[in-house]
Amino acid sequence: MPDNKNDLIEYLLRLGDNALINGQRLCEWCGRAPALEEEMALMNVGLDLVGQARNWYEYAAELLADGRDADQLAFRRDERAFRNTLLVEQPNGDYAVTTAKLFLFDAWHLHTLQALTASSDARIAGIAAKGLKEVTYHLRRSGEWVERLGDGTEQSRQRMLAGIDEVWRFTNDLLSSDEIQQRLAAAGIAADATAVAAAWQASVEQVFERASLPVPPPASYFYLDGKRGLHTEHLGILLAEMQFLQRAYPDATW
Amino acid sequence: MYAQLVETGVKRVKDLEEMTPEERAFQERIDAEIKIEPKNWMPDAYRQTLIRQISQHAHSEIVGMLPEGNWVTRAPTLKRKLQLMAKIQDEAGHGMYLYSAMETLGADRDAEIDKLHSGKAKYSSIFNYPTLNWADMGAVGWLVDGAAIVNQVVLQRTSYGPYSRAMIRICKEESFHQRQGYEILLTMMRHGNQAQKDMVQDAINRLWWPALMMFGPSDADSPNSAQSMAWKIKRMSNDDLRQRFIDQTVPQLEFLGCTAPDPDLKWNEERGHYDFGQIQWQEFYDVLKGNGPCNRERVSTRRKALEDGQWVREAAVAHAAKRQQKQNAA
Repeated sequence: MPDNKNDLIEYLLRLGDNALINGQRLCEWCGRAPALEEEMALMNVGLDLVGQARNWYEYAAELLADGRDADQLAFRRDERAFRNTLLVEQPNGDYAVTTAKLFLFDAWHLHTLQALTASSDARIAGIAAKGLKEVTYHLRRSGEWVERLGDGTEQSRQRMLAGIDEVWRFTNDLLSSDEIQQRLAAAGIAADATAVAAAWQASVEQVFERASLPVPPPASYFYLDGKRGLHTEHLGILLAEMQFLQRAYPDATW
Repeated sequence: MYAQLVETGVKRVKDLEEMTPEERAFQERIDAEIKIEPKNWMPDAYRQTLIRQISQHAHSEIVGMLPEGNWVTRAPTLKRKLQLMAKIQDEAGHGMYLYSAMETLGADRDAEIDKLHSGKAKYSSIFNYPTLNWADMGAVGWLVDGAAIVNQVVLQRTSYGPYSRAMIRICKEESFHQRQGYEILLTMMRHGNQAQKDMVQDAINRLWWPALMMFGPSDADSPNSAQSMAWKIKRMSNDDLRQRFIDQTVPQLEFLGCTAPDPDLKWNEERGHYDFGQIQWQEFYDVLKGNGPCNRERVSTRRKALEDGQWVREAAVAHAAKRQQKQNAA
């Protein structure tokens, strides 16, 4: 076993939780999207993300080797043990809030996975390479929607501005790093957070410029940190719904 | 059946001698099993009947996402969640495919969707029943998609080319959904605890009769069938399809170790078919008229999705126009 095993498990859970919670929010759109094409697209993106979550969890479960499998990591941990970024747990709001959330996350996700394809951990590099193809599509799609809404009608522009304003404060948590990630990055395993943040900023500026939207100043830290399991009040309710069956019937096989 | 009661507007089927030369040429083409294509001449009643049937079918795919959407956020494992998401995505695709087929007849998608939202157009009665436990996701796949397949396999030979081709594509995915649904139930029955087994039987008890109703009224009460059959839009009668469904489903039910909520269900050696009990036709017509358990929620959810999304669609149109303008200027 590598001596950074605990760091690695934490990092894998972050990647898995980000994908799963984002995918869960997309499930909530089922039957409620603004057009049939969007019904398909949202479920498609969600499907990719939940699939990626399963890949990260499976690796984490192998390293944990405590008898828990990917499903138990997804459905039996409480909110203090979840490691997702605050951005993805935010409620869907209207289509502009959802679009802002997806775009800001996708941009981070793309640059993170891109970096991880060069990870010295072959398993991580493999999962990232597979996910990168999907996330490239996600980012193109969400970026195009930022542009359509930002540079569409006056109403859609106002809503897009409000949507960005609603979730921008969570980008600090998204881009920040800690000792775990720094140690893993130094070992060539994890993505370098500073490099990802710079690439993220460039992607956001590019799309916002095309959409003639102003780029807000960097978000500041406000005491919560998804990486450490310090979440907003939204996550607990999301988990109560998502985990209900596994909690109610702990000995069941589905 | 996803389009279970389609008006043809025709009181009596004409025989060849009564037809105009155009009508006769059309009917002869049908009788020779040559597909009708969008640019061919067709009787207006044939066109309108198909618009009603295909739109009803498309609406059913879209409304049918809602009972499953009810459980996709609560699916018990990652595998089950992924399966359900993939299935819902397929259904949205089927809806889009069918609306396109309908548009080849000159109908307008938005206008037909408006009819759904105002209660004028129907969709399959089955989606007005609530999904109350996880086993419903298995039972919907097995029974509801199963009933749809029995119908759609026959519709692959329907006389209108675009509809027929849509059915060929859709059937492949539906068969996959049905097997997955059955596997959900089988897993719960084979490896589940008592509570899970009870869920399975409960789901079957609630969905069995509504699934049988998917084939539409009995032949005796199906005045539109004769014309649809003459036009070869329909290829088998409601009762024949229903019987075929029951005959193939009962062995699967027994293999699960479950029972049907029908004391009259038994094998008839002489007929070579299962006999079964009386369908509650009053309930069927009530649900179809809008008085089922979930009609109100289903339609209002879809209406709200469209209303809430209006500004989004307007933005997409406005942005596309701006982009076009820029391109022209450049």
